[in-house]
Order: sequence, then structure tokens, then C-alpha cells
Amino acid sequence: MHSFTFHCVSPSCSDQSPLSFPQMQFMLLFSRQGKLRLQKWYVPLSDKERKKISRDLVQTILARKPKMCSFLEWRDLKIVYKRYASLYFCCAVEDQDNELITLEIIHRYVELLDKYFGSVCELDIIFNFEKAYFILDEFLLGGEAQETSKKNVLKAIEQADLLQEVIHVCIAV
Amino acid sequence: MSDVVEKTLTALPSLLSLDSQPGSGKLSSTSKLGNLIRGITELTSKHEEEKLIQRELSSIKEQVASPNTSMRQMKELMVRAIYCEMLGYEASFSYIHAIKLAQQGTVLEKRVGYLAVSLFLNESHELLLLLVNTVLKDLQSTNLIEVCMALTVVSQMFPKDMIPAILPLVEEKLTHPKEIIRRKAVLALYKFYLIAPNQVQHIHNKFRKALCDKDPGVMTASLHIYLQMIKENPEGYKDLTASFVTILKQVVGGKLPMDFNYHSVPAPWLQIQLLRILSLLGKDDQSTSEMMYEVLDESLRRAEMNHNITYAILYECVKSIYTIHPKAELLEKAAKCIGNFVLSPKINLKYLGLKALTYVVQQDANLALQHQLTIIECLDHSDLVIKRETLELLFRITNAQNVTVIVEKMLEFLRLSKDDYTTIDLVGKVAELAEKYAPDNEWFIETMNTVFSLGGDMMQPDIPNSFLRLLSEGFDSTEEDRQLRLFAVDSYVSLLQGEPGRLPQRFLQVISWVLGEYSHLREGLEPATTLRLLAKLLDMKHTSSETKSWVLLAMSKLCEGPDCVSLAQELSERHGGSLDTVLRQRVQELRHLSEDAELRASVLPRDAAQEPLEVDSSLSFLDGFVSEALSAGAAPYKPPHQRQEELAQAKALSLEPYGLSLPISMSSCSLADRQSPTLLSMSSGLSGNSTDLSHKGGSTTLKLDGVKRVWGKDGYLAQKEPVEESAQVEVPSPLCSPSRQGGADSTHSQTPTPTPTPEPEKEKQQLASSLFVGLGSQSSVCLMGKSEQTPQRFRRKAKGQGSSSGASEQISNSHYSTQSTVDNLLCNNLLDSTVTSDLAVSTPEQTPQLSQEVATTNGTCDAEQDLIEETDPGNSPSLIRANSTVTADPPAHKDPDRPKDSCLSSHLPAELAGLSHSEIIPLCSSQNLDLSACHVQKEDALLLVIFIENSSDSDIEQMLLQTESDELEVSCVTDSPVEAVRSLSVSVYQYSLMVKRPAAHVALAGTASYQLPSGESQVMQFSYRLPLTSFIRPLCVSTEEYGTLWLAFSQDTKQNLALLNDGQDPLTATLDVLKNKLQLHVVDIIGAEGIVACRLLQGQPCLMHCRVHAGSLAVWLRSPVPDLPDCLLYHCQRALQEH
Repeated sequence: MHSFTFHCVSPSCSDQSPLSFPQMQFMLLFSRQGKLRLQKWYVPLSDKERKKISRDLVQTILARKPKMCSFLEWRDLKIVYKRYASLYFCCAVEDQDNELITLEIIHRYVELLDKYFGSVCELDIIFNFEKAYFILDEFLLGGEAQETSKKNVLKAIEQADLLQEVIHVCIAV
Repeated sequence: MSDVVEKTLTALPSLLSLDSQPGSGKLSSTSKLGNLIRGITELTSKHEEEKLIQRELSSIKEQVASPNTSMRQMKELMVRAIYCEMLGYEASFSYIHAIKLAQQGTVLEKRVGYLAVSLFLNESHELLLLLVNTVLKDLQSTNLIEVCMALTVVSQMFPKDMIPAILPLVEEKLTHPKEIIRRKAVLALYKFYLIAPNQVQHIHNKFRKALCDKDPGVMTASLHIYLQMIKENPEGYKDLTASFVTILKQVVGGKLPMDFNYHSVPAPWLQIQLLRILSLLGKDDQSTSEMMYEVLDESLRRAEMNHNITYAILYECVKSIYTIHPKAELLEKAAKCIGNFVLSPKINLKYLGLKALTYVVQQDANLALQHQLTIIECLDHSDLVIKRETLELLFRITNAQNVTVIVEKMLEFLRLSKDDYTTIDLVGKVAELAEKYAPDNEWFIETMNTVFSLGGDMMQPDIPNSFLRLLSEGFDSTEEDRQLRLFAVDSYVSLLQGEPGRLPQRFLQVISWVLGEYSHLREGLEPATTLRLLAKLLDMKHTSSETKSWVLLAMSKLCEGPDCVSLAQELSERHGGSLDTVLRQRVQELRHLSEDAELRASVLPRDAAQEPLEVDSSLSFLDGFVSEALSAGAAPYKPPHQRQEELAQAKALSLEPYGLSLPISMSSCSLADRQSPTLLSMSSGLSGNSTDLSHKGGSTTLKLDGVKRVWGKDGYLAQKEPVEESAQVEVPSPLCSPSRQGGADSTHSQTPTPTPTPEPEKEKQQLASSLFVGLGSQSSVCLMGKSEQTPQRFRRKAKGQGSSSGASEQISNSHYSTQSTVDNLLCNNLLDSTVTSDLAVSTPEQTPQLSQEVATTNGTCDAEQDLIEETDPGNSPSLIRANSTVTADPPAHKDPDRPKDSCLSSHLPAELAGLSHSEIIPLCSSQNLDLSACHVQKEDALLLVIFIENSSDSDIEQMLLQTESDELEVSCVTDSPVEAVRSLSVSVYQYSLMVKRPAAHVALAGTASYQLPSGESQVMQFSYRLPLTSFIRPLCVSTEEYGTLWLAFSQDTKQNLALLNDGQDPLTATLDVLKNKLQLHVVDIIGAEGIVACRLLQGQPCLMHCRVHAGSLAVWLRSPVPDLPDCLLYHCQRALQEH
């Protein structure tokens, strides 16, 4: 009779055939001022839910002190976040997942961005956010690590980029 | 093309730097976006931003709609639209253009188009259908990058129903020469597997190929699929264990290319994935576990570097070691690892250490003891996340002695926490602990008061319900009942005299009920005083009308004397005109009852709450009505969750761009894990078990010499030592504690070191002593077995001992033994990959031997298959499942008078003939065919046998049976769907049934289609119904295991049943009837209480606790499966009625 609002969001209790979801449910990048810089959702959610979740999380995480734990429980998810300069990277995984490896996924993504942009900063991601998405898609696909070799990820991105540049060069010529 | 790529690669950096230079063609776009971004950053108010974006959006809208916009401009517009959406502004008008861009653009525009689609739309968006053609085209493109893009988008989202359209193309890509294409194709299949597992069922052997791929990236990608499949059915993949172990060995040994190293650790993601898979395979399976001990040891040893990534691997190793069948040596190392985590100064590691401790503490309470001081430090940690995790740990080690301290800590946290989710979770836990371990009445009532005040109106409704139930049903001693109620009354009266306005509604309802029912117990408390206090609640602004109804009902019980008549009169004037009809009715009732004392006494007799109300929750008296209505064409009842599901499905197709979408979420277990100790107690079962076994005289060879498992029931209870004393013995000196991390189990044998300790340290020690009392006493082991000696409040809540021994192996084993899906796993040595046979023969138990045979004699595969087609199943018992359809010889002389049953039962497959089967009932018939069916109950399966009798002179061709059911999982084991039924013969089809969703009766519907000799096709429909009892099997668990299981289950139902009085002990008699009729297992009978356990075929357990109370049998059922308790209750009721 009494159901709680978030039980509609969260799974299983009413769901007879549990839907399977990938390990990572979503990834958010946001600035110290709370501005969203990148969002990738690996589970189907409505626009409204997405907005509510990111608002809640940005608030919660920004309120935490720097020396605090990088993990937190939020609803029935585990949030893993890390701050790099002015940018927060935040991932949601299932509670029983390995938080440390998720932290390293974030780190590997930052490494990839860094390598691609050449000592990356927040502005690179703001102005070239579509590139950041392309890199993310080569690294994590559908919420799972697709390719963990740094070389291979960048090779794939560069090949696609190159095609663009070659065409541009051709046009320019 | 790749050559060109290679050549230009060197020129890349300079090309890329063009990006930020003005002048190049691409940059005008960047600068437009740049202008927007810069514009936004210059703004000061949210309002201005909104205005700017709206302007931007309308300009984008105008341009995308214009026919003159080129695809290149469109690409740039899309980027801006994505940006606006990211800022939270809707740009739904651009969705269709994103799809168009993906469709029509050149490669680089396409890329942005696909990206925009994947960001804008979610899986259930209907526009996604428009993308299917584009994806199809790109999958067939000769341009690798286009193929990659198509696969990338497919791996993220694809309409479920359209999978068949592109599946062949994706499958084809598995053999593509480029590894990146193969890898993405595997991930696309993984996505399909997640959203529609049936669609990719037939390509399981292709997954195998992917697993054997020479490229490590492709192999890694295939592990995602395997992890998922093994999660669902570990039994089906046991033969792959050796391969996974080999792969892990190679990875750990550094055999992969250097590219895969991450901070010089070889492929950590791959390692972790493999460790997860291994722990699933090794769980509750000793022989499989033995295969992985060596590699686990190796992984532990190699991961020594001081870096996060090695800790991640270590953590996964530790989890695996504690999940699989235990090995003393490894456990010791794992415990040491956990110690390192807990003691680490790095907060993230500390957190994981606590999490790991929580995971293993029920197996090994000593570990918690060793780290008690660290735990106490964490309890006072400034980070609430750490605190919360510590409480979780404490919750698992709570017993009757430390309950007050632990509950106090939890309540302290509750007062700080502002998060609703945490509050609900913790409040539930406190209530559970309070009910189970309350040391005295006063404490119990006060704790529950805090629970009600803090939990407010958010908490689970069953908390107040079970509290009131507890008060009303009482315990064995009436004096104690009275004391408890009296105390509650006193406490509530003083609360109402204070500031009742601040109390949550639920609490007010509880208070009203208790005062109405029990305030007469307090001598000297005039009913008029109570009435006045209650009446005050009615005047409060925030009181909801539901609460007012409760209050009025309580007042009706109390009103006596002339004062009350006038009060009632006054109230009826004031509330008689309320819009709420319930409220109005209550007021009227109050007025009438206050005037007529006699009527009141008969309507609301005092202490009536103690009398059990006979409520037939299964509503069996309505059966006749229901079947009448059904036969008159009424729609069958659907339980709420089903309706909700259907509603959600319907919504998914709605025209709104964002309908109510699928729930965010995760596999069901994670929720359970948070809310109840389900997962943990299940997984901690292993070693609890093993202790048990070794005590019983060692049916297993497990040796636990190295590790003392001293975690018994609730620890110290039998010794009855004074708390202070035991504390002294248990608390290690803080000075030596760090060095003892992970150290031996000598904790209790240690004598206290008489080192003088500073004051704060002393406090901590005191806290430690009160928290960890009752843990890890050596004598506790012998305590296992009998639960009623423990001083905890058995009488209060008779079940749910905090026992440590876990779920029985039986449950987990039987869980899968009935699954008939034996994959095509005949090729034992996977990495050889020479044999790929589609043969699926043998019962699961026989798989190992059989598969070896086939693997060794490769050539026999085909021969064997031929054999199957021809032989009678009776001759080759191991092949039963392969050919469930056999054409029996026509009966020599068909006697029309012979009862159909016996005639048909002769057609039962030979291996089933010996088993009892249900009556063979006709399903449907046409002039040519008669369909009948019966079910056969086997120990490990339930088989549905359908007889197709061809009574005509001509053969029937293309016989095809299809079944479907909401409640059942029907697996037909027939290989060839097309079947001919010869003239005057009987064909027999066999199906194995499993319960998907419990219901009192489960049904399946089916159609039989066939072709007459004339070529005309015919279709017949039929349905078959059988009671849930056919699926119920006894569950043999020990009392301790029962206790653990009980705690872990969340679905419950309570009810009073009729007690049989057949002369002997009524409880035993009643339970015997249930046992015989329903195949329940009676675990134990202690005095007036009995515990009973059963399970569904596929292993889901249901536990029943019975107590003789006031001439009836109060039963309480619990299960992890929703509806199962209700259904079982229904059958219990029927069984007892019929007796």
C-alpha cells in the first residue's frame, strides 16, 4: 500500500524477471561549480530521472571534504568519484562491485584524455566534449570496459579522427 | 586503408593542433559552440542563462528545419544541441535530425549523428526504430570506421524487437579479420544478451569462439557475456573452469602483450573479471574450487605492489577465496589481506576493509575481534560513509549482549543522517535487532519510540504492524505481557503530555491504538484523561485524517461515563461534517457507542486483540465465485506486480518522448544485500557448513587446522560470565594490536597486558568490550544445535537466531540441478577448440563423464547423434533429455472401452513409467487428434507429458507444439520441432517445468498446429493447470541453517491455521499432515513451536515457523521469493481442511 518514491526507480522488489544491467550504470563529469560537463547513461532512464539523479549527486559530492572516502552509498547504488583539478569524475556501480577498480577506470579515462589532448584541462573537455565522448565510447562500451589497452583505444580514436582530418585537408587543398 | 592510416599517423599531432587554430573550415563550428560556452560563462544569473539558451535553441531549431542546411552545418548544430541538453534544456526537436545526420552524413558527420542519438535517446525511445536501417546499411559498409560506429551504437542501445534484423550481420562480424570489429561485435551480442537473452540463445558456441580468440581484447570482451551467463547458471559452465584458470594463470604470469599492462600490472580488468567468474563457479563446489586454489594463491602473491590497482585485485581475490569452498591456507592469507586493508591509513582501503569484514564476519567473527579497536575508531569517523559501513558490520555481529550499545550507535547515526534511503534501511535494522535481542521491556519500548520518531512516515509499514502484533499477541508469561503494555502506556501518555505535534503520523497511530487497547491497565489513569489527550490530537493541524480515524477508534474503546457522552457529542458536531467519509463514520460510531455501554462492550470487548481472528487470507471461500466468474468470461486476477509490469510495458510504447521508463537498477541481489543480510549469509554459508561437517565426523576432507572457526551461534552465551570479565579477556592491549593484525587466533587465550592506558584509550576499550562481547568464544561451537537455551528473546520472536552457519549446500546445489539447459559443452578442452558439436545430450549430473567421452573420441559425435534419433529412451538412460519425443508403436488392438488413462499411461516413456503420475486428462481434441496430458513428479524435476493420439487413418505431418506461461518456465527438449504422428499411433512430448512466478495454481497455455494429409493446416489450443504443490520439495536444513536463512528472507506472511486434534500432540499431528501432503520437511519441534522448511524445485526456499497459540497454529512464512509464502499458506490451509 505504501510505496516509496525511489522504490519505483530501484529494481527488483517488484520485478519478477530481474533485468540485467551492465556493471557501470552511468558516468558524470562535473565542475567544482556543479556544472555538468559530460554525462553518459548506460541504463535506460527518463530525462526527468537523469536530471534528478545528477542534481542530487552533484550536491552530495560537492559537499564532501577532500580527505573523505571516494565511495558513497546512494540509494541502492555505489557511487565512486574522484576529483582531478577542477573536475569531478563520478561513476555509479552496483553495491557489490569492486569500488577500487572503478576508481581505476576513472583514472584510465583521465589518462586517455590526457594523452589525447596533451595534459588535459577542464577547458579541453568543455570545448571538445564530443571528443571526450568519442574517447569514452572507445574505452567503455555499453557500461563495460571495452578496451583497456591505452594504445589500442587511442589508435581507434586517431584512425577515426584522421579520416576527418584527411578529408578536411583534402577540402582545404 | 589502414596503410594510409599508418602513414599519416606520424603527421597526426600537427593535424590535431589545427583544431585550435582559427581559419580551418572546422573551426567556425567550434567557435560557434565556443561563443555559446563563453557567453554562458559570462552570465551571472540562472535566469540570464535560461534566456540565452532559449534563444540559442530557437536559432538551432530554425536552422535544422531549413532545407538549405548542409550536413556539415547540421553536424555543428547537433554539437550545440547536445551541449544545451547537457545543461538541462530540452532540445527534443533535434532528435530526428540526429538520426538523419547518422543516416545521410559522410563518415565524420555520421559520427556526430550517432553520438547525438546515443546521448539523446534512451533504449525505449520509439525514434530509435528509425535508426535500424542506417545501422543495417553501415554494418554492411566496406568502410571499417562506419562498421565500428554502427557496432558502437548497437552496443549501447537498440530496439529489442529489431535484434533479429541485424543479428546475422553482427554474428558475421565475429569472424572479421580486424580485432576491433570482432571485439565490438562481441559487445553488441553482450548487449543483446542483456536485453533479450532468448534472441542469442542459439549462438552460444560462437561465444566460445570469441573466448578462444587469439586477440586478448576480444577474449576479454567475451568474458562479459560469460560472467552474465554463469551468474544465471553456474552449473552449465563448470567445464570451462580449467580454461578460465589457465587464462588467469597466463595473465598473472605476464604472458599478455605489454599494452595491456596498467601501471605495470598485467591486464587488471581482465584479472578481476576472471576472479569474479571463478568465484561464481567455485561457490559451493569443492572439486571446482580445488582447481582454482593454486591460481588464487598466485594472484595474491603477485599483487604485492603498493598501488590502488593491486589492491583492487587483492580485494577481488579475497572475495573469491571467501566465496568458494574454503581452504584453510588461503583463508589465512585472505584474512591477513583484510587486516592490511582495515589498518591502512588510506581511507578508501579502510572502507573496503570494512566492507570485506562485513562480508566475512559471520564466518569468521575472530577477524572482527582482531580489529575491534580499528572498528571503534571507524565508528567515530568524521566521514559518514565510513561510519555507515561500520554500522553495517556491527549489525551483523549483534547479539543479546551487545545489542544495546550497537543499537545506540545506530540511533546516533540516524539522528545525523539526512538521507531517506539510509534512514529507512537503518530504522528497519534497529527494529529487527530490538525485536530479536531486547534485554528488557523498558529498553524495547524506548528504542521503538525512537524508531518511530526517527523513521517517521517513511519507514516500512511492517515495522509498526509487527510491533503492535507483538504487543497484542504477547509472550508466554501474562505478567510480562502486562508489564510491557503498561510500560508502553506510561511512555505514550507522557509523550502525549509533551509535544505530540512533532510526532510522525505512524507513531501517533501506534500510540492511539495502544492507549485505546491497554490504557485501562494503568491504575489511576482515568479514561477521561486519556480521552482528553487523544482529543487534543484531533485538533492538531498536521494530523492526517487517517490518524484521526485511529484516534477516534481508540476513543470509542475508552469512552465511558457521562463526561464522555458530552465529549463524543461535541466531537460529532465538529467532525460530523468532515469530507472524509471514514472519519465521519468513526465519529458517528463514537457517539453511538458512548451512549450505549452494552453495545460497546459487545462490539469492542476488552483485550479482544488477544483473541486470534480467523482470517482466511487465501480467500478460499471465494473459490466458487471466482471460478464462476472466470467461466463467465471474466479476466483472471493479476497480482499487483504483474499489473505494474504490464503497465510499464504499455508505457514504453507510449507516444510521449519520455514515458515512464524502465527502472534504474541492478540485479535483484544488490538491493537485498542492502536491506537484509541475504547475500552475505548465503555466501557465508560455505565455511559455516564446513565447520559443521567436520564436527559431524568429517564427511568432507576439509581440514581447518590453521583457522579456528570459533564463531558459533551467538557467542558467549553459555558461559554466562559477567560482561566486565569477559571483556577484559577479550580486549587486546591497544599497544600490541597493530602487530597482531591478521595474526593468529589467539585472541581469547591472551591474558590482558597490564599496561597502563591513557584515558581516551580506556574509553575505547570499554566500548570495545561492550561491542564485541559474545563474539568468538571457543565454547560457542558446541552451542550450535540447540537454540532455545540462549537467553535472547526466543519467546518474543521465536525464529531468526543469529546463527552463523549458513545456507545449506543442498539449497545451492539443488538450485541448478534441475535446469535442463545443458549447453553444448561437450568439448571439454575448450582451448583446443577443435570440437564444436551442437549436441546437447545428457542430464546435468552426467555431463562431466559424458563430455569427456565425447571429447576424447571426437569422431563419435555424429554417430551418437544418429543413435539418439533411433533408440528408445529406455535403453539409453543418459540420453533421456535429448529425445523427449518418441513415437511409440501403435497399440495392437485399440480397445475403445478401455479407460483412456491406463491406455495412455502405457505410452509413458519407460524411464517415467515407474514414477507416479497425475491423472491423464484430455486437453483438447479434433477429429484427427486427441491431446492429453499428465505430470510426473520426479525428485529433481517436474515433467509434463503430452500425449498426441492420432485416431485417424492418415498420418499427421508437421506437428508443432508451442507453449507459453506467465508462471512457468517450460523447456521443451525436442530437437526437431517438425514431427509426424503416424496413423493410429501416439506421440509423446515431454517438457520440463519450472516455476517462474509462484501462484497457488500455475498454468500453461499452448497451441498444437499440424498439417492434414490434404495439406490443410490446423491449430488447436489447450491449457494445463497444476497446483504449486507439485513443485514443492522438502528442504533439509539444520536448525542453525534455518536460523540464518530465516534472517535473510524478506518476503513474509503470517496467519493462523486450524490445529488438528487427533489425540496425540496436536502440533506434531498437524505438521505430519502438512509433511505428508505437501512434502515439507519438519526441521525441529521444540515445545509448542515447530520449524518447517521446503523449497521449490529450482531451489528457492520457503521457511515456516509454527507456534501453537490459543488453540490454533500461528504460522509465519518467509521466503526470498515474493508470493511464495502466500501460495504455500493457501495449500497448507487446503491440506488441513481436507484432512
